[in-house]
Amino acid sequence: MIEILQYDFMRNALLTAILASIACGIIGVYVVVKKIVSISGGISHASFGGVGLGYFLGINPLYGLIPFSLFSALVMGLVSKRSKMSEDTATGILWSLGMAIGIIFINLTPGYAPDLMTYLFGNILTVSTSDLHVMLALDALIVVIVYAFYKEFMAMCFDEEFASVIGVAVERMYLLLLCLIALTIVLLIKVVGIILIIALLTMPATLSAHYTHNLRNMMYLSIFFGAFFSIMGLSLSYLLDIPSGATIILVMAGVYIIHFIYDGLTKKVHA
Amino acid sequence: MTEVVELQDIWVSYGDVTVLEAVDLIIQDKDFLGIIGPNGGGKSTLLKVILGLITPDRGIVKLLGDNPVKTRKHVGYVPQYASFNLNFPISVWEVVLMGRMNTVGSLRRYGKKDHDAAQEALKKVKMLEYKDRQISELSGGQRQRVFIARSLVTDPKLLILDEPATGVDFVMQKEFYELLRELKQHISIIMVSHDISAISVYVDKVACLNRKLHYHNSKELSPEDLDASYGCPVEMLAHGMPHRVLKLH
Ligand SMILES: Nc1ncnc2c1ncn2[C@@H]1O[C@H](COP(=O)(O)OP(=O)(O)OP(=O)(O)O)[C@@H](O)[C@H]1O
Ligand SMILES: [Mg+2]
Repeated sequence: MIEILQYDFMRNALLTAILASIACGIIGVYVVVKKIVSISGGISHASFGGVGLGYFLGINPLYGLIPFSLFSALVMGLVSKRSKMSEDTATGILWSLGMAIGIIFINLTPGYAPDLMTYLFGNILTVSTSDLHVMLALDALIVVIVYAFYKEFMAMCFDEEFASVIGVAVERMYLLLLCLIALTIVLLIKVVGIILIIALLTMPATLSAHYTHNLRNMMYLSIFFGAFFSIMGLSLSYLLDIPSGATIILVMAGVYIIHFIYDGLTKKVHA
Repeated sequence: MTEVVELQDIWVSYGDVTVLEAVDLIIQDKDFLGIIGPNGGGKSTLLKVILGLITPDRGIVKLLGDNPVKTRKHVGYVPQYASFNLNFPISVWEVVLMGRMNTVGSLRRYGKKDHDAAQEALKKVKMLEYKDRQISELSGGQRQRVFIARSLVTDPKLLILDEPATGVDFVMQKEFYELLRELKQHISIIMVSHDISAISVYVDKVACLNRKLHYHNSKELSPEDLDASYGCPVEMLAHGMPHRVLKLH
């Protein structure tokens, strides 16, 4: 196993797994405790429009992805908070709209769209060193913002009404959180792809909730779970020569299901 | 001197239904106002208007002399139904500390002063021994005590209490009302309650709300006020009160 680390792509892949787990662990906890899984799924899928835009403009799709996913996060947040439309409906519509835009852009782009599958299903082995720099910057941004507004996010996620009375700009904090989710999605996209992101975002956080009731510890534990499972998935995919994104998700889901069954069995014994 | 609360000609409706109609209200420093009224009378709505959580269709709202959105962080609020997220991983201690956010800015962590305040508030509601419990692992009444502690810890200039004693046992209720009696030496309090005997014993002024507000800046309500609000024989209300809210006639 060690000798594969000599390859640049493998070293990058490992670093990617770790960087992705940091953002994913922190933000995934918010997604799970605030129950905004479906809106996150919406942002992730809508951001496909950004991938299309990237191809169309002939730039690194990551650079199309960042503004586009931020934009869809803001639109989704504002529509669900301010209009009469339910969050559920708004999410569903924007989800498809973003994907439709992406498909049209790709269709308009002359020639063939390389790595399209990478953005849909992830391929951690295609991460370049410049991608890594983007990821590192995004990670740093996420950590700094969450550190700065830890109290505000906590109050907003626990009790919006009280938070606004005590002086938290709740709507702004909610939109900021959705933007952080958008950036996390950008970070995760090369690991598991748009379609599989929601699993990566939620499973480590859900698993960690079984072990701790403290928000901060939940984040640390999710980062650990995320890193551990993605490296495990990555190694397995290398050994078996199967797609890395899907393998990571399967490893995680496998552990989650075993945990779930084990939990159910031991509870019965105690009862 | 600015009034603590100043409402002028407030109208609120949900769809076609008018819930508050031409409400005027002035609360002065160190007032302790009790608000009574039938279910659906608009009491909770009125409190939310004062806090700027609901924008009225018409009228002027001033809290501590300014727009409530700016000044409401100086208010300790106990809602009738806390809108909290029950699944959120948070301890009693962290919930109470949250009440200190009005003084502790972003980027800053809670300090000794904040911890002391939280400790004292939890002691007052007799919940200190539960400080490490998850909020989801408390009984309804215990949770209500924690939310009371969270409102006390804000170092408020005004306390807004929407049926704060709901679900709280009578021993704690009595202590809570005694605590309010102490607090009113320094701050103003608005309390909505259906507990007529508590209202008559502890508060200084009483208003009755059923779409329209009946209030004479005193503890007296006329039989017509109560009749108009409750639409039932007033004697039922007056009966058995330690101190009569109803004006003798
Ligand atoms: N979100 C809402 N949408 C529509 N109508 C509402 C809403 N909230 C309250 N109402 C209506 O407004 C009226 C006043 O409600 P409010 O909660 O202020 O009453 P209340 O005096 O606090 O009653 P209670 O004693 O039951 O707490 C009620 O008739 C209620 O049906
Ligand atoms: Mg009410």
